[in-house]
Amino acid sequence: MVRIYVSSVIDAAADTVWSRIRDFNALPLWHPAIADCRIENNEPSDRVGCIRHFHTRDGGLIRERLLGLSDYDYSCSYEILESPMGVADYVGTLKLTPVTDGNRSFAEWSAEFECAEGRERELTQLIGDGVFLGGLEALKRHFGRR
Amino acid sequence: MLQKIVRSTVIDAPIERVWAVLRDFNSHDQWHDVVDESRIEGGERSDQVGCVRSFTLKDGNRIREQLLTLSDRDFKSTYCIVEATVPLQRYVATVTLKPVTDGNRTFWHWESSFATPPGMERELREMVAGGVYEAGFENLRRHLQRGSDQRSGGPTAMPRALALPTRRAVVRGYGGANVLQMEDGEAAAPLAGEVRIRQRAIGVNYFDVYLRKGWLPGLLPLPGVPGQEAAGTVIDVGEGVHDLLPGDRVAYMHPVPGAYASMRTLPADVVLRLPPAVEEDVAAALLLKGITADYVLRDLGRVRAGTRVLVHAAAGGVGLLVCQWARRLGARVMGTVSSEEKARVAREYGCEQVVVTRDYRFADAVQRAFGGADVIVDGLGDAARDENLAALAPCGHWISLGQASGMMQPISADALAGKSATFSRPVAFAYVATRTPLVERAERVWSALADGALKVPPIERHSLETAAQAHARLESRATVGALILVA
Repeated sequence: MVRIYVSSVIDAAADTVWSRIRDFNALPLWHPAIADCRIENNEPSDRVGCIRHFHTRDGGLIRERLLGLSDYDYSCSYEILESPMGVADYVGTLKLTPVTDGNRSFAEWSAEFECAEGRERELTQLIGDGVFLGGLEALKRHFGRR
Repeated sequence: MLQKIVRSTVIDAPIERVWAVLRDFNSHDQWHDVVDESRIEGGERSDQVGCVRSFTLKDGNRIREQLLTLSDRDFKSTYCIVEATVPLQRYVATVTLKPVTDGNRTFWHWESSFATPPGMERELREMVAGGVYEAGFENLRRHLQRGSDQRSGGPTAMPRALALPTRRAVVRGYGGANVLQMEDGEAAAPLAGEVRIRQRAIGVNYFDVYLRKGWLPGLLPLPGVPGQEAAGTVIDVGEGVHDLLPGDRVAYMHPVPGAYASMRTLPADVVLRLPPAVEEDVAAALLLKGITADYVLRDLGRVRAGTRVLVHAAAGGVGLLVCQWARRLGARVMGTVSSEEKARVAREYGCEQVVVTRDYRFADAVQRAFGGADVIVDGLGDAARDENLAALAPCGHWISLGQASGMMQPISADALAGKSATFSRPVAFAYVATRTPLVERAERVWSALADGALKVPPIERHSLETAAQAHARLESRATVGALILVA
């Protein structure tokens, strides 16, 4: 089992940040590495169990199923159904927690998955730095000041 | 209505450094401005779950809080107020840290719920949220910026458990009962594999008298504390001890003397947790003696229906147990005692025939009644030596447990040959040398008590402070049953 954990502080209230990332179909709107996205079978993007079908900017197809969505905890969990990365049993969680000291949010993005032996490091870099940190940094830039 | 407070911040320091301060339940008087003085009650460690910190605030209020959760894995600490001069009711708080990987900083989440008297909600919410949590964020930030957490050259050192004061009966020169003198001493904090016990009842055995007299100086170097068994409550345990917890009721028998004390630290693997039905007094009176009866009858004597057993000092602590248990196994039991009163008690505990003798004459009576003894359980020693040989049946087994009348002169092998007899000089600790037989034998004693096979013998109680008098009583041959010291 490989575990990845990336966290950051974003200079906006959790409500504000959440409204940007809550939509499971909105990935291309805020994440710079994603080219396009749609929800399969025309389902609403906040229906738990719906599948998002998207391409990365380098052309890879990824399909992910929404496993959990909480407007109370500001958290979203999903699993990968199909991807070119060579991961199995992949479950990811993106979560916000308000920082009461200043109008900020603590953002955590984590994942657990299995992969072929020897690929752990390469995948940790790709997913942890490329996808997770890249996404959180885009949010930081979007919400300014830091 | 239950009030809920959540406050959080980001501290510009790695999580390990912030956690090193916050995991120490007693560190708050070093970094939080509102806290005046704090200490952990009972000399416990500040990372021991269940410990209580007692502190005063700068405004004079006093609060006692108990640590409910401490997790180094989740960087989490939960605690509650157990007593306070501030009207915060049912107050439970949790501190959680999370790493901010982007920048190697720390997210600190502090939340609580509590009730208040009517009308005080707002005031107390402001006090907790502002005066304690928000002020605490600023104070800890300043504490770290100044490097106050690293003054002792690293993360805050945990206070180690301290030696605790104890009273104990010490022998400084071998001799009569009066050489047992009460002194103040210390019970060391338990090291790895050790346990510290607050002793309530201490078993007195005739072997303790031999040690006090200096018959076995190698076993009790001077100054020395006698005693090989006791019962009480666990105070604390050292590293690696997982099956005992503070507060557990326990008993032990240990070949290294030192039990005549109100508190003792010793290896955890000789310590047994007591079943709820067994009182500490009973455990101290019966553990070593019951296990002795168990191996003497089962392993050595192989006593069964019809075995003819002669028990000396039949009204003593071991004697009354051997008589009862042997009868349960169907044996025929004859005992010797030194008074009519003891004869009455011995009969009450299953001794079928009793010889009252103060001058160790019994062989004729044994031969007349039983035609000889198959097993002799002997605590008398030298003065009864020739009578024992005469009392033995052919192929009999003489088990010498003690020598109350004096150190026994050597027995020639030829003296045994006349009856093809066997002689044993066993030591109880050899029969409980590892944990498994210790647990098995003790359980046999406790279950014999529970199912009525063994009745608790009379217990004579003395204060630990008067241990010398207890020894004098034991040597006077006037006691019946078991003797204990109460601490």
